[in-house]
Amino acid sequence: MSDTTKPVNQKAWFLILPVLVCVAFSAILPLMTVVNYSVQDIISPERRIFVGTEWFAAIMRDEELHGALWRQMQFSLAVLLIEIPLGILLALSMPATGWKSSATLVLVSLSLLIPWNVVGTIWQIFGRADIGLMGAALQGMGIDYSYTGNATHAWLTVLLMDVWHWTPLVGLLGYAGLRAIPDAYYQAARIDGASKWAVFWYVQLPKMRGVLVIAVLLRFMDSFMIYTEPFVLTGGGPGNSTTFLSQFLTQKAVGQFDLGPAAAFSLIYFLIILLLCFVLFNWMQRVGTQPKEGGNG
Amino acid sequence: MARIELDLAHSYKANPRQDEDYALLPLKMTFEDGGAYALLGPSGCGKTTMLNIMSGLVVPSQGTVRFDGQDVTRATPQARNIAQVFQFPVIYDTMTVAENLGFPLRNRRVPADQIKKRVGEIAEMLDMSGQLNQRASGLSADAKQKISLGRGLVRSDVSAVLFDEPLTVIDPHLKWQLRRKLKQIHNELKLTLIYVTHDQVEALTFAQQVVVMTRGRAVQMGPAAELFERPSHSFVGYFIGSPGMNFLPVTSDGNSLKCCGVPLGQARAGQSLPAGNLKLGVRPEFVERVEPHIPGALPMVLKQVQDVGTHFIWSASIDGHVVKARLAVGAGATALGETVWFRVLGDKSCIYQNEEIVA
Repeated sequence: MSDTTKPVNQKAWFLILPVLVCVAFSAILPLMTVVNYSVQDIISPERRIFVGTEWFAAIMRDEELHGALWRQMQFSLAVLLIEIPLGILLALSMPATGWKSSATLVLVSLSLLIPWNVVGTIWQIFGRADIGLMGAALQGMGIDYSYTGNATHAWLTVLLMDVWHWTPLVGLLGYAGLRAIPDAYYQAARIDGASKWAVFWYVQLPKMRGVLVIAVLLRFMDSFMIYTEPFVLTGGGPGNSTTFLSQFLTQKAVGQFDLGPAAAFSLIYFLIILLLCFVLFNWMQRVGTQPKEGGNG
Repeated sequence: MARIELDLAHSYKANPRQDEDYALLPLKMTFEDGGAYALLGPSGCGKTTMLNIMSGLVVPSQGTVRFDGQDVTRATPQARNIAQVFQFPVIYDTMTVAENLGFPLRNRRVPADQIKKRVGEIAEMLDMSGQLNQRASGLSADAKQKISLGRGLVRSDVSAVLFDEPLTVIDPHLKWQLRRKLKQIHNELKLTLIYVTHDQVEALTFAQQVVVMTRGRAVQMGPAAELFERPSHSFVGYFIGSPGMNFLPVTSDGNSLKCCGVPLGQARAGQSLPAGNLKLGVRPEFVERVEPHIPGALPMVLKQVQDVGTHFIWSASIDGHVVKARLAVGAGATALGETVWFRVLGDKSCIYQNEEIVA
């Protein structure tokens, strides 16, 4: 063996054993119990029947699930389309230095500090037509607003609540990204005669890419799993107009005790989120970095 | 193109009281149209502040900036039509090299075919023609800084091009090339170039006029030879040259000088000096080794002889004051600790009072 080749020693793999054990107990084993339920019909601990993919097939044909999935997609898409641009706008308008910046940071993060079920309660009261500020104001303007009676109103209220609750997160992430841009970039852009819009488009937005990827992923995952706030606010109604996937799942598993289909769907739910995150992440990593063809000046 | 006149002072603090509060002490300075200037000084001496004031990124707290006699103190960089290159490469990540180079022109709504032509010329000059359609974000630091330089030079109608230590991240071999390129560009385009650096070689080879700065003060402006031979401030003597100027405390009776009790003779024939304690400055290049006991020579104890390739640096001391001499020969038979005789007073020596030159 020459001096330049390192001896092969694989013992270092043992160092990851503790992590492996932790992850096994905290994630893999619980997940396996779900897998266990999803392929068996368990009537009692002694009586269990292997059913293969039957639960998967059954749940995929469930009309209610289709409805919930469709609503969920629309909701998450709306959340991203509103919260990301709004968050960027928020980040851009936050002062950069001095006491104003500290004060703004505190104010902006307020909504993030409120427990989720309290957020639901706040909006429940806020939207009430008799005593709620927003509800009463809308009524006063002649709009027959009711999040308990009107499906569209309920859906919009849940969306508005999510925007109110989570846009600050996007704003804070964007703010961190903006502060990390060296002054020289702004100075160079001024020297180059760039307009404000050009500075945003060619300097700020590309430099914010990293934090925005995180913001999009976080907001997508969270909104796709939303449960507490609509549960408190509307309970999924009226009808099932605000029943999203998590709530559908809870109804199946806890309400109707259909553990088999619920477990099967849990796995599908998990895979959907994983897949969409993967797609989103890869897309955002690539957009704007591909080699260009032609493009002169 | 413009003649730039500065008459200003700048402090980053709201209420400057003493000299230390100022980034730039009150100064008056003129940069002629078409000249190549260098601002030279150690880190924190105010050279970048001065540059940013000229470009309009910083508004001076007092005084005015004039371009061709017109007051532009509060004008934006865009209105002044200034180009500036920064210490670290600034590139627009999402653009190609060509788009990066053409960006200042595009923002000024220059027609596309002219942009293309000009970008082609600049790329040719910087040896980047082959990379024009590459995305700039994937390039090396060298290449990125070349793009920054190119963006500074792409507009041919600018008032001046300002460089803020632009070659810091470039490796030495390429540094040489780029510096020559800049000089060539200056000769061809007759642009006013102002170059900030802390590297004296860079400053002295690049510029026709060098401004030496220290602690917010511009202590001397002049061509390289003048800075070398007649530093008007002891800092210039110390900062320029390698090693820098030797300084010895001397006493004067108004005519002749004494150092450490040894009479050195008259400073310059027929020139009177202020009486009292002065400082004698002499460059290592002008220190002469002479025979023992020659009148006017200082007996000194040899401490060290350093071989620096083309010549030798002799260090010797008298009463704790070290004098370095640049001599053609090594120590030979002279051992360390022996006494050598140096003549320090001559045509090329300078005399300072309170750090300012008096003779």
